[in-house]
Amino acid sequence: MNKQDFPALNQDVYGKPLVYFDNAATTQKPQVVIDAVSRFYENDNSNVHRGVHALSARADKAYEAARDSIKNFINAKSRKEIIFVRGSTEGINLLSGFIKAGDEVIISGMEHHANIVPWQLAGAKLNVIPVLDNGELDLNAYKNLLNSNIKLVSITHMSNTLGTINPVKEMIALAHDKNILVLLDCAQSISHGPIDVQDLDCDFLVFSGHKIYGPTGIGAVYGKQELLDKIPPYQGGGAMIEQVSFEKTTFNQLPFKFEAGTPNIAGAIGLAAALDYLNQFSWSDIIAYEKNLLDYAQEKIQSVPGLRIIGTAENKGAIISFVMDKAHPHDIATILDRAGIAIRAGHHCTMPLMKRFNVPATARISMAFYNTTDEIDLCIDALHEVKRIFS
Amino acid sequence: MMHDLRELYQEVIIEHGSNPRHFCALENPTCTGHGYNPLCGDQITLDLKINNDVISEMGFQGQGCAISMASASLMCESLTGQTIADAQKAFEIFHTLLTTDVELDENLGKLAVLSGVREFPARVKCATLAWHTLQDALENKS
Repeated sequence: MNKQDFPALNQDVYGKPLVYFDNAATTQKPQVVIDAVSRFYENDNSNVHRGVHALSARADKAYEAARDSIKNFINAKSRKEIIFVRGSTEGINLLSGFIKAGDEVIISGMEHHANIVPWQLAGAKLNVIPVLDNGELDLNAYKNLLNSNIKLVSITHMSNTLGTINPVKEMIALAHDKNILVLLDCAQSISHGPIDVQDLDCDFLVFSGHKIYGPTGIGAVYGKQELLDKIPPYQGGGAMIEQVSFEKTTFNQLPFKFEAGTPNIAGAIGLAAALDYLNQFSWSDIIAYEKNLLDYAQEKIQSVPGLRIIGTAENKGAIISFVMDKAHPHDIATILDRAGIAIRAGHHCTMPLMKRFNVPATARISMAFYNTTDEIDLCIDALHEVKRIFS
Repeated sequence: MMHDLRELYQEVIIEHGSNPRHFCALENPTCTGHGYNPLCGDQITLDLKINNDVISEMGFQGQGCAISMASASLMCESLTGQTIADAQKAFEIFHTLLTTDVELDENLGKLAVLSGVREFPARVKCATLAWHTLQDALENKS
Protein backbone atom coordinates (compact mmCIF):
# COMPACT_ATOMS: atom_id res chain seq x y z
CA MET A 1 0.00 0.00 0.00
CA ASN A 2 3.06 2.25 0.31
CA LYS A 3 6.04 0.52 -1.24
CA GLN A 4 7.34 3.68 -2.86
CA ASP A 5 8.09 5.17 0.58
CA PHE A 6 10.81 2.56 1.19
CA PRO A 7 13.90 3.15 -0.97
CA ALA A 8 15.50 -0.25 -0.27
CA LEU A 9 12.45 -2.00 -1.70
CA ASN A 10 12.88 -0.36 -5.07
CA GLN A 11 15.87 -2.30 -6.34
CA ASP A 12 16.75 -5.36 -8.36
CA VAL A 13 18.75 -8.29 -7.00
CA TYR A 14 20.24 -10.78 -9.46
CA GLY A 15 18.40 -8.81 -12.13
CA LYS A 16 14.99 -9.43 -10.55
CA PRO A 17 12.87 -6.91 -8.65
CA LEU A 18 13.41 -7.44 -4.93
CA VAL A 19 10.60 -9.18 -3.08
CA TYR A 20 11.30 -8.62 0.58
CA PHE A 21 9.58 -11.33 2.64
CA ASP A 22 11.85 -11.28 5.68
CA ASN A 23 10.01 -8.67 7.71
CA ALA A 24 9.87 -10.78 10.84
CA ALA A 25 13.67 -10.51 10.95
CA THR A 26 13.74 -6.80 10.28
CA THR A 27 11.61 -4.31 8.38
CA GLN A 28 12.75 -1.82 5.76
CA LYS A 29 12.90 1.88 6.59
CA PRO A 30 10.83 4.59 4.96
CA GLN A 31 12.67 7.63 3.59
CA VAL A 32 11.33 9.80 6.44
CA VAL A 33 13.15 7.63 8.99
CA ILE A 34 16.40 7.72 7.02
CA ASP A 35 16.03 11.50 6.71
CA ALA A 36 15.33 11.97 10.43
CA VAL A 37 18.51 10.10 11.35
CA SER A 38 20.57 12.01 8.76
CA ARG A 39 19.09 15.34 9.82
CA PHE A 40 20.05 14.72 13.42
CA TYR A 41 23.66 14.02 12.51
CA GLU A 42 23.77 16.88 10.01
CA ASN A 43 22.28 19.55 12.25
CA ASP A 44 21.74 18.64 15.88
CA ASN A 45 24.37 16.07 16.80
CA SER A 46 25.24 16.51 20.44
CA ASN A 47 25.00 14.61 23.69
CA VAL A 48 21.83 14.66 25.75
CA HIS A 49 21.06 15.56 29.36
CA ARG A 50 24.24 17.46 30.05
CA GLY A 51 25.08 20.29 27.70
CA VAL A 52 23.98 23.90 28.04
CA HIS A 53 24.70 24.78 24.45
CA ALA A 54 22.19 25.07 21.63
CA LEU A 55 22.91 21.76 19.92
CA SER A 56 22.67 19.83 23.14
CA ALA A 57 19.35 21.47 23.92
CA ARG A 58 18.06 20.43 20.48
CA ALA A 59 19.32 16.88 20.86
CA ASP A 60 17.82 16.62 24.32
CA LYS A 61 14.49 17.95 23.15
CA ALA A 62 14.31 15.55 20.21
CA TYR A 63 15.39 12.56 22.30
CA GLU A 64 12.82 13.22 25.01
CA ALA A 65 10.15 13.94 22.40
CA ALA A 66 10.89 10.46 21.02
CA ARG A 67 10.15 9.06 24.46
CA ASP A 68 6.81 10.86 24.40
CA SER A 69 6.07 9.44 20.94
CA ILE A 70 6.54 5.92 22.29
CA LYS A 71 4.50 6.68 25.39
CA ASN A 72 1.65 7.87 23.18
CA PHE A 73 2.04 5.03 20.70
CA ILE A 74 1.46 2.36 23.35
CA ASN A 75 -0.69 4.59 25.57
CA ALA A 76 1.48 4.47 28.69
CA LYS A 77 0.40 6.61 31.62
CA SER A 78 3.72 8.33 32.11
CA ARG A 79 6.88 9.04 30.15
CA LYS A 80 8.78 7.71 33.16
CA GLU A 81 7.54 4.27 32.18
CA ILE A 82 9.43 4.28 28.86
CA ILE A 83 13.06 3.21 28.93
CA PHE A 84 15.23 3.25 25.84
CA VAL A 85 17.19 0.07 25.19
CA ARG A 86 18.84 -1.51 22.16
CA GLY A 87 15.85 -3.71 21.46
CA SER A 88 13.58 -6.42 22.85
CA THR A 89 16.47 -8.68 23.79
CA GLU A 90 18.14 -6.05 25.92
CA GLY A 91 14.74 -5.12 27.33
CA ILE A 92 14.08 -8.63 28.61
CA ASN A 93 17.60 -8.85 30.02
CA LEU A 94 17.00 -5.58 31.86
CA LEU A 95 13.69 -6.81 33.23
CA SER A 96 15.20 -10.12 34.30
CA GLY A 97 16.60 -8.06 37.20
CA PHE A 98 13.12 -8.51 38.62
CA ILE A 99 13.82 -12.23 39.07
CA LYS A 100 16.01 -13.87 41.68
CA ALA A 101 17.55 -17.33 41.42
CA GLY A 102 14.94 -19.96 42.16
CA ASP A 103 11.94 -17.77 41.21
CA GLU A 104 9.39 -19.44 38.97
CA VAL A 105 8.55 -17.93 35.59
CA ILE A 106 5.98 -19.07 33.04
CA ILE A 107 6.95 -18.79 29.40
CA SER A 108 5.44 -20.49 26.36
CA GLY A 109 6.70 -23.14 23.97
CA MET A 110 6.80 -20.63 21.11
CA GLU A 111 9.18 -18.13 22.70
CA HIS A 112 12.17 -16.62 20.92
CA HIS A 113 15.47 -17.50 22.58
CA ALA A 114 15.50 -13.91 23.85
CA ASN A 115 12.55 -14.77 26.08
CA ILE A 116 14.10 -18.02 27.32
CA VAL A 117 17.81 -17.50 27.94
CA PRO A 118 17.67 -14.30 30.09
CA TRP A 119 15.46 -16.13 32.58
CA GLN A 120 17.85 -19.07 32.65
CA LEU A 121 20.73 -16.66 33.25
CA ALA A 122 18.75 -15.16 36.13
CA GLY A 123 18.40 -18.62 37.64
CA ALA A 124 14.64 -18.85 37.20
CA LYS A 125 12.76 -22.12 37.13
CA LEU A 126 10.84 -22.20 33.85
CA ASN A 127 7.28 -23.48 33.46
CA VAL A 128 6.35 -23.82 29.79
CA ILE A 129 2.88 -23.42 28.27
CA PRO A 130 2.58 -26.16 25.63
CA VAL A 131 1.89 -25.37 21.97
CA LEU A 132 -1.00 -27.20 20.30
CA ASP A 133 -0.70 -28.84 16.88
CA ASN A 134 -2.23 -25.82 15.13
CA GLY A 135 0.31 -23.47 16.71
CA GLU A 136 -1.96 -22.02 19.38
CA LEU A 137 -1.14 -22.05 23.07
CA ASP A 138 -2.82 -24.61 25.32
CA LEU A 139 -4.77 -22.21 27.49
CA ASN A 140 -6.08 -24.95 29.79
CA ALA A 141 -2.52 -25.96 30.56
CA TYR A 142 -1.72 -22.28 31.13
CA LYS A 143 -4.49 -21.96 33.70
CA ASN A 144 -3.13 -24.99 35.53
CA LEU A 145 0.36 -23.54 35.60
CA LEU A 146 -0.81 -20.35 37.34
CA ASN A 147 -0.21 -20.78 41.05
CA SER A 148 1.13 -18.81 43.98
CA ASN A 149 4.73 -19.89 43.33
CA ILE A 150 4.84 -18.09 40.00
CA LYS A 151 6.47 -14.69 40.05
CA LEU A 152 6.08 -13.70 36.41
CA VAL A 153 4.48 -14.73 33.13
CA SER A 154 6.59 -13.71 30.12
CA ILE A 155 5.03 -14.46 26.76
CA THR A 156 5.18 -13.39 23.18
CA HIS A 157 2.27 -11.43 21.76
CA MET A 158 2.91 -12.82 18.28
CA SER A 159 5.11 -15.75 17.35
CA ASN A 160 7.96 -14.78 15.03
CA THR A 161 7.98 -18.32 13.66
CA LEU A 162 4.33 -19.35 13.42
CA GLY A 163 2.62 -15.98 13.23
CA THR A 164 0.25 -17.01 16.02
CA ILE A 165 -1.26 -14.03 17.82
CA ASN A 166 -1.83 -15.04 21.42
CA PRO A 167 -4.93 -13.96 23.39
CA VAL A 168 -2.77 -11.88 25.68
CA LYS A 169 -5.51 -9.73 27.19
CA GLU A 170 -7.27 -12.83 28.45
CA MET A 171 -3.96 -14.37 29.57
CA ILE A 172 -3.00 -11.23 31.49
CA ALA A 173 -6.39 -11.18 33.26
CA LEU A 174 -5.97 -14.84 34.24
CA ALA A 175 -2.52 -14.14 35.68
CA HIS A 176 -3.72 -11.05 37.53
CA ASP A 177 -6.50 -13.12 39.12
CA LYS A 178 -3.66 -14.96 40.85
CA ASN A 179 -1.67 -11.75 41.51
CA ILE A 180 0.96 -12.73 38.97
CA LEU A 181 2.69 -10.10 36.82
CA VAL A 182 2.94 -10.33 33.04
CA LEU A 183 5.63 -9.26 30.58
CA LEU A 184 4.68 -9.07 26.90
CA ASP A 185 7.27 -9.57 24.19
CA CYS A 186 5.88 -7.38 21.42
CA ALA A 187 8.94 -7.57 19.14
CA GLN A 188 6.86 -9.17 16.43
CA SER A 189 3.41 -7.69 17.06
CA ILE A 190 4.38 -4.04 17.39
CA SER A 191 4.06 -3.25 13.68
CA HIS A 192 0.94 -5.28 12.98
CA GLY A 193 -1.73 -3.94 15.31
CA PRO A 194 -2.53 -1.44 18.06
CA ILE A 195 -1.03 -1.96 21.50
CA ASP A 196 -2.55 -0.18 24.46
CA VAL A 197 -0.71 -1.06 27.65
CA GLN A 198 -3.46 0.36 29.86
CA ASP A 199 -6.18 -1.57 28.10
CA LEU A 200 -4.13 -4.79 28.11
CA ASP A 201 -3.05 -3.99 31.67
CA CYS A 202 0.33 -5.66 31.04
CA ASP A 203 2.93 -4.99 33.70
CA PHE A 204 5.93 -4.94 31.39
CA LEU A 205 6.37 -4.82 27.63
CA VAL A 206 9.32 -4.76 25.27
CA PHE A 207 9.68 -4.03 21.57
CA SER A 208 12.37 -3.29 18.99
CA GLY A 209 12.45 -0.24 16.75
CA HIS A 210 13.85 -2.06 13.72
CA LYS A 211 10.79 -4.29 13.48
CA ILE A 212 8.50 -1.28 13.19
CA TYR A 213 10.29 0.44 10.30
CA GLY A 214 12.73 2.23 12.61
CA PRO A 215 16.52 1.93 12.96
CA THR A 216 18.36 -1.01 14.47
CA GLY A 217 19.87 -0.66 17.92
CA ILE A 218 16.91 1.10 19.49
CA GLY A 219 13.88 -0.24 21.29
CA ALA A 220 11.93 0.31 24.43
CA VAL A 221 10.90 -1.22 27.71
CA TYR A 222 7.58 -0.27 29.20
CA GLY A 223 6.92 -1.02 32.86
CA LYS A 224 4.42 0.16 35.40
CA GLN A 225 6.18 2.83 37.38
CA GLU A 226 5.79 1.24 40.82
CA LEU A 227 7.27 -2.00 39.45
CA LEU A 228 10.19 -0.38 37.63
CA ASP A 229 11.02 1.38 40.90
CA LYS A 230 11.60 -2.04 42.46
CA ILE A 231 14.04 -3.28 39.82
CA PRO A 232 17.71 -2.53 40.46
CA PRO A 233 19.69 -0.56 37.85
CA TYR A 234 20.66 -2.68 34.90
CA GLN A 235 23.98 -1.04 34.14
CA GLY A 236 26.07 1.50 36.01
CA GLY A 237 27.54 4.63 34.47
CA GLY A 238 26.80 8.19 33.54
CA ALA A 239 23.25 9.58 33.42
CA MET A 240 21.81 6.83 35.63
CA ILE A 241 23.17 8.36 38.85
CA GLU A 242 22.05 11.10 41.22
CA GLN A 243 25.10 11.46 43.49
CA VAL A 244 28.36 9.58 43.19
CA SER A 245 31.06 9.34 45.81
CA PHE A 246 33.58 6.60 46.50
CA GLU A 247 31.58 5.61 49.55
CA LYS A 248 28.06 5.58 48.16
CA THR A 249 26.16 6.25 44.95
CA THR A 250 22.50 7.08 44.68
CA PHE A 251 20.54 6.52 41.51
CA ASN A 252 18.66 8.81 39.20
CA GLN A 253 14.89 8.71 38.85
CA LEU A 254 12.95 6.77 36.24
CA PRO A 255 13.47 6.39 33.38
CA PHE A 256 17.11 7.56 33.61
CA LYS A 257 17.93 4.98 36.28
CA PHE A 258 18.07 2.40 33.49
CA GLU A 259 19.83 4.48 30.86
CA ALA A 260 23.53 4.43 31.65
CA GLY A 261 25.91 6.05 29.20
CA THR A 262 25.26 7.97 26.02
CA PRO A 263 22.15 6.49 24.47
CA ASN A 264 21.36 5.83 20.81
CA ILE A 265 20.04 9.36 20.28
CA ALA A 266 19.75 9.19 16.50
CA GLY A 267 18.08 5.80 16.82
CA ALA A 268 15.45 7.12 19.20
CA ILE A 269 14.76 10.03 16.85
CA GLY A 270 14.54 7.64 13.90
CA LEU A 271 12.15 5.42 15.83
CA ALA A 272 9.92 8.38 16.62
CA ALA A 273 9.91 9.24 12.91
CA ALA A 274 8.83 5.66 12.15
CA LEU A 275 5.96 5.90 14.64
CA ASP A 276 4.92 9.25 13.16
CA TYR A 277 5.01 7.65 9.73
CA LEU A 278 2.78 4.78 10.88
CA ASN A 279 0.36 7.15 12.57
CA GLN A 280 -0.75 8.44 9.16
CA PHE A 281 -2.35 5.02 8.52
CA SER A 282 -5.23 3.52 10.43
CA TRP A 283 -4.63 0.24 12.18
CA SER A 284 -7.81 -1.17 10.72
CA ASP A 285 -6.48 -0.54 7.20
CA ILE A 286 -3.10 -2.11 8.00
CA ILE A 287 -4.71 -5.15 9.63
CA ALA A 288 -7.15 -5.67 6.77
CA TYR A 289 -4.41 -5.26 4.17
CA GLU A 290 -2.05 -7.70 5.86
CA LYS A 291 -4.88 -10.18 6.51
CA ASN A 292 -5.63 -10.14 2.80
CA LEU A 293 -1.95 -10.82 2.01
CA LEU A 294 -1.94 -13.74 4.44
CA ASP A 295 -5.18 -15.26 3.14
CA TYR A 296 -4.06 -14.87 -0.47
CA ALA A 297 -0.63 -16.40 0.21
CA GLN A 298 -1.97 -19.28 2.30
CA GLU A 299 -4.42 -20.20 -0.43
CA LYS A 300 -1.96 -19.90 -3.34
CA ILE A 301 0.79 -21.77 -1.56
CA GLN A 302 -1.42 -24.87 -1.39
CA SER A 303 -0.79 -25.26 -5.14
CA VAL A 304 2.81 -26.29 -4.41
CA PRO A 305 2.87 -30.08 -4.07
CA GLY A 306 4.38 -31.50 -0.91
CA LEU A 307 4.40 -28.19 0.94
CA ARG A 308 3.20 -28.14 4.55
CA ILE A 309 2.49 -25.01 6.59
CA ILE A 310 3.68 -25.09 10.21
CA GLY A 311 1.34 -22.96 12.31
CA THR A 312 -2.30 -22.68 11.34
CA ALA A 313 -3.69 -20.70 14.26
CA GLU A 314 -7.01 -19.02 13.69
CA ASN A 315 -5.62 -15.66 14.73
CA LYS A 316 -2.30 -15.17 13.04
CA GLY A 317 -0.19 -12.43 11.50
CA ALA A 318 1.16 -12.41 7.95
CA ILE A 319 3.80 -15.08 8.57
CA ILE A 320 3.93 -18.46 6.85
CA SER A 321 6.43 -21.04 8.08
CA PHE A 322 6.61 -24.11 5.90
CA VAL A 323 8.53 -27.21 4.96
CA MET A 324 8.63 -29.11 1.66
CA ASP A 325 9.12 -32.77 0.86
CA LYS A 326 12.72 -33.36 -0.25
CA ALA A 327 13.77 -29.70 -0.35
CA HIS A 328 15.40 -28.48 2.85
CA PRO A 329 14.52 -24.90 3.95
CA HIS A 330 18.04 -23.67 3.13
CA ASP A 331 17.81 -24.96 -0.39
CA ILE A 332 14.41 -23.33 -0.74
CA ALA A 333 15.80 -20.01 0.51
CA THR A 334 18.78 -20.13 -1.84
CA ILE A 335 16.62 -20.82 -4.89
CA LEU A 336 14.15 -18.09 -3.93
CA ASP A 337 17.03 -15.68 -3.32
CA ARG A 338 18.19 -16.07 -6.91
CA ALA A 339 14.66 -15.22 -7.99
CA GLY A 340 14.99 -11.96 -6.03
CA ILE A 341 12.87 -13.18 -3.13
CA ALA A 342 14.25 -12.74 0.39
CA ILE A 343 12.94 -15.24 2.90
CA ARG A 344 14.39 -16.76 6.05
CA ALA A 345 15.32 -20.38 6.59
CA GLY A 346 16.40 -21.91 9.87
CA HIS A 347 15.14 -22.26 13.41
CA HIS A 348 14.26 -18.55 13.74
CA CYS A 349 15.79 -18.47 17.23
CA THR A 350 13.02 -20.81 18.39
CA MET A 351 14.78 -24.16 18.71
CA PRO A 352 12.33 -25.62 21.27
CA LEU A 353 9.50 -24.85 18.85
CA MET A 354 11.31 -26.67 16.01
CA LYS A 355 11.61 -29.67 18.31
CA ARG A 356 7.90 -29.40 19.18
CA PHE A 357 6.97 -29.68 15.50
CA ASN A 358 9.68 -32.24 14.83
CA VAL A 359 11.33 -30.24 12.05
CA PRO A 360 15.02 -29.24 11.91
CA ALA A 361 14.15 -25.89 10.38
CA THR A 362 11.45 -24.11 8.42
CA ALA A 363 11.34 -21.70 5.52
CA ARG A 364 9.51 -18.53 6.50
CA ILE A 365 7.69 -15.89 4.49
CA SER A 366 6.95 -12.85 6.64
CA MET A 367 5.08 -9.95 5.14
CA ALA A 368 4.45 -6.29 5.89
CA PHE A 369 2.04 -3.67 4.64
CA TYR A 370 4.30 -2.74 1.72
CA ASN A 371 4.15 -6.23 0.22
CA THR A 372 1.75 -7.06 -2.59
CA THR A 373 -0.19 -10.00 -4.00
CA ASP A 374 1.93 -9.71 -7.18
CA GLU A 375 4.98 -10.43 -5.03
CA ILE A 376 3.23 -13.47 -3.58
CA ASP A 377 2.60 -14.74 -7.13
CA LEU A 378 6.35 -14.42 -7.91
CA CYS A 379 7.13 -16.33 -4.73
CA ILE A 380 4.70 -19.14 -5.56
CA ASP A 381 6.25 -19.45 -9.04
CA ALA A 382 9.68 -19.75 -7.42
CA LEU A 383 8.40 -22.43 -5.04
CA HIS A 384 7.20 -24.43 -8.04
CA GLU A 385 10.74 -24.07 -9.42
CA VAL A 386 12.08 -25.49 -6.15
CA LYS A 387 9.74 -28.41 -6.60
CA ARG A 388 11.01 -28.98 -10.16
CA ILE A 389 14.66 -28.92 -9.10
CA PHE A 390 14.06 -31.41 -6.31
CA SER A 391 11.66 -33.72 -8.10
CA MET B 1 16.87 -21.81 -14.17
CA MET B 2 19.77 -19.43 -13.64
CA HIS B 3 23.24 -20.66 -14.56
CA ASP B 4 24.72 -20.49 -11.06
CA LEU B 5 21.71 -22.28 -9.54
CA ARG B 6 22.17 -25.01 -12.13
CA GLU B 7 25.85 -25.22 -11.14
CA LEU B 8 24.88 -25.46 -7.47
CA TYR B 9 22.11 -27.98 -7.80
CA GLN B 10 23.69 -30.36 -10.25
CA GLU B 11 22.02 -33.72 -10.66
CA VAL B 12 24.79 -35.43 -8.69
CA ILE B 13 24.15 -33.17 -5.71
CA ILE B 14 20.39 -33.58 -5.78
CA GLU B 15 20.85 -37.32 -6.11
CA HIS B 16 23.42 -37.65 -3.31
CA GLY B 17 21.41 -35.24 -1.18
CA SER B 18 18.29 -37.36 -1.35
CA ASN B 19 20.03 -40.77 -1.38
CA PRO B 20 23.24 -40.26 0.55
CA ARG B 21 25.84 -43.05 0.42
CA HIS B 22 27.53 -44.30 3.58
CA PHE B 23 24.48 -43.07 5.52
CA CYS B 24 24.79 -45.36 8.53
CA ALA B 25 26.41 -45.73 11.91
CA LEU B 26 29.47 -48.03 12.05
CA GLU B 27 29.81 -50.76 14.63
CA ASN B 28 32.87 -50.30 16.84
CA PRO B 29 34.24 -47.26 15.02
CA THR B 30 37.82 -46.23 15.68
CA CYS B 31 36.64 -42.69 16.24
CA THR B 32 33.58 -40.49 15.87
CA GLY B 33 33.18 -36.80 15.08
CA HIS B 34 30.29 -34.43 15.65
CA GLY B 35 29.54 -31.43 13.49
CA TYR B 36 26.87 -28.85 14.13
CA ASN B 37 25.99 -25.56 12.56
CA PRO B 38 24.11 -23.62 15.26
CA LEU B 39 23.01 -21.00 12.73
CA CYS B 40 20.95 -23.40 10.67
CA GLY B 41 20.67 -26.55 12.78
CA ASP B 42 22.44 -28.87 10.33
CA GLN B 43 24.14 -31.71 12.16
CA ILE B 44 26.35 -34.62 11.23
CA THR B 45 27.81 -37.52 13.20
CA LEU B 46 30.65 -39.27 11.41
CA ASP B 47 32.12 -42.68 12.29
CA LEU B 48 35.51 -43.83 10.99
CA LYS B 49 37.29 -47.14 11.02
CA ILE B 50 41.02 -46.72 10.66
CA ASN B 51 43.59 -49.47 10.09
CA ASN B 52 47.27 -48.54 9.88
CA ASP B 53 46.48 -44.92 9.05
CA VAL B 54 44.10 -45.95 6.27
CA ILE B 55 40.43 -44.93 6.55
CA SER B 56 38.85 -48.27 5.77
CA GLU B 57 35.21 -47.43 6.50
CA MET B 58 33.15 -44.26 6.85
CA GLY B 59 29.54 -43.80 7.93
CA PHE B 60 27.60 -40.65 8.70
CA GLN B 61 24.22 -39.76 10.07
CA GLY B 62 22.45 -36.47 10.52
CA GLN B 63 20.19 -33.99 8.87
CA GLY B 64 20.62 -30.94 6.76
CA CYS B 65 20.16 -29.37 3.38
CA ALA B 66 20.95 -31.00 0.04
CA ILE B 67 24.37 -29.37 -0.04
CA SER B 68 25.48 -30.60 3.39
CA MET B 69 24.12 -34.11 2.88
CA ALA B 70 25.54 -34.45 -0.62
CA SER B 71 28.88 -33.11 0.54
CA ALA B 72 29.04 -35.68 3.36
CA SER B 73 28.04 -38.47 1.01
CA LEU B 74 30.61 -37.50 -1.63
CA MET B 75 33.32 -37.04 1.00
CA CYS B 76 32.75 -40.56 2.33
CA GLU B 77 32.80 -41.98 -1.19
CA SER B 78 36.02 -40.26 -2.10
CA LEU B 79 37.96 -40.79 1.13
CA THR B 80 37.16 -44.42 1.92
CA GLY B 81 40.37 -46.39 1.39
CA GLN B 82 42.56 -43.26 1.55
CA THR B 83 45.25 -42.59 4.12
CA ILE B 84 44.73 -39.97 6.80
CA ALA B 85 47.41 -37.85 5.13
CA ASP B 86 45.55 -38.02 1.80
CA ALA B 87 42.31 -37.09 3.55
CA GLN B 88 43.97 -34.05 5.13
CA LYS B 89 45.29 -33.02 1.75
CA ALA B 90 41.84 -33.42 0.19
CA PHE B 91 40.38 -31.23 2.94
CA GLU B 92 42.88 -28.47 2.14
CA ILE B 93 42.11 -28.66 -1.57
CA PHE B 94 38.37 -28.77 -1.02
CA HIS B 95 38.50 -25.81 1.34
CA THR B 96 40.54 -23.80 -1.13
CA LEU B 97 38.12 -24.71 -3.89
CA LEU B 98 35.14 -23.34 -1.97
CA THR B 99 36.61 -20.31 -0.28
CA THR B 100 38.96 -18.81 -2.84
CA ASP B 101 39.07 -18.03 -6.55
CA VAL B 102 42.28 -20.01 -6.99
CA GLU B 103 42.19 -22.31 -10.00
CA LEU B 104 43.28 -25.75 -8.88
CA ASP B 105 45.31 -28.24 -10.88
CA GLU B 106 44.45 -31.18 -8.64
CA ASN B 107 41.86 -33.61 -9.88
CA LEU B 108 39.11 -33.61 -7.31
CA GLY B 109 37.02 -36.19 -9.09
CA LYS B 110 33.38 -36.13 -8.07
CA LEU B 111 34.04 -33.58 -5.35
CA ALA B 112 34.39 -30.98 -8.08
CA VAL B 113 30.60 -30.93 -8.47
CA LEU B 114 30.52 -28.88 -5.27
CA SER B 115 32.61 -26.09 -6.78
CA GLY B 116 29.40 -24.19 -7.64
CA VAL B 117 28.93 -23.52 -3.93
CA ARG B 118 31.57 -20.81 -4.03
CA GLU B 119 29.14 -18.56 -5.86
CA PHE B 120 26.90 -18.84 -2.77
CA PRO B 121 28.99 -17.64 0.19
CA ALA B 122 26.10 -18.22 2.62
CA ARG B 123 26.16 -21.90 1.75
CA VAL B 124 29.90 -22.64 2.03
CA LYS B 125 29.42 -23.71 5.64
CA CYS B 126 26.87 -26.31 4.50
CA ALA B 127 29.39 -27.86 2.11
CA THR B 128 32.27 -27.86 4.57
CA LEU B 129 30.33 -29.17 7.60
CA ALA B 130 31.14 -32.83 6.85
CA TRP B 131 34.80 -31.99 6.38
CA HIS B 132 34.99 -30.17 9.70
CA THR B 133 33.28 -33.18 11.24
CA LEU B 134 36.03 -35.34 9.76
CA GLN B 135 38.62 -33.11 11.44
CA ASP B 136 36.76 -33.55 14.72
CA ALA B 137 36.71 -37.34 14.28
CA LEU B 138 40.44 -37.48 13.52
CA GLU B 139 41.18 -35.38 16.59
CA ASN B 140 39.19 -37.89 18.66
CA LYS B 141 41.34 -40.76 17.41
CA SER B 142 43.14 -41.94 20.51
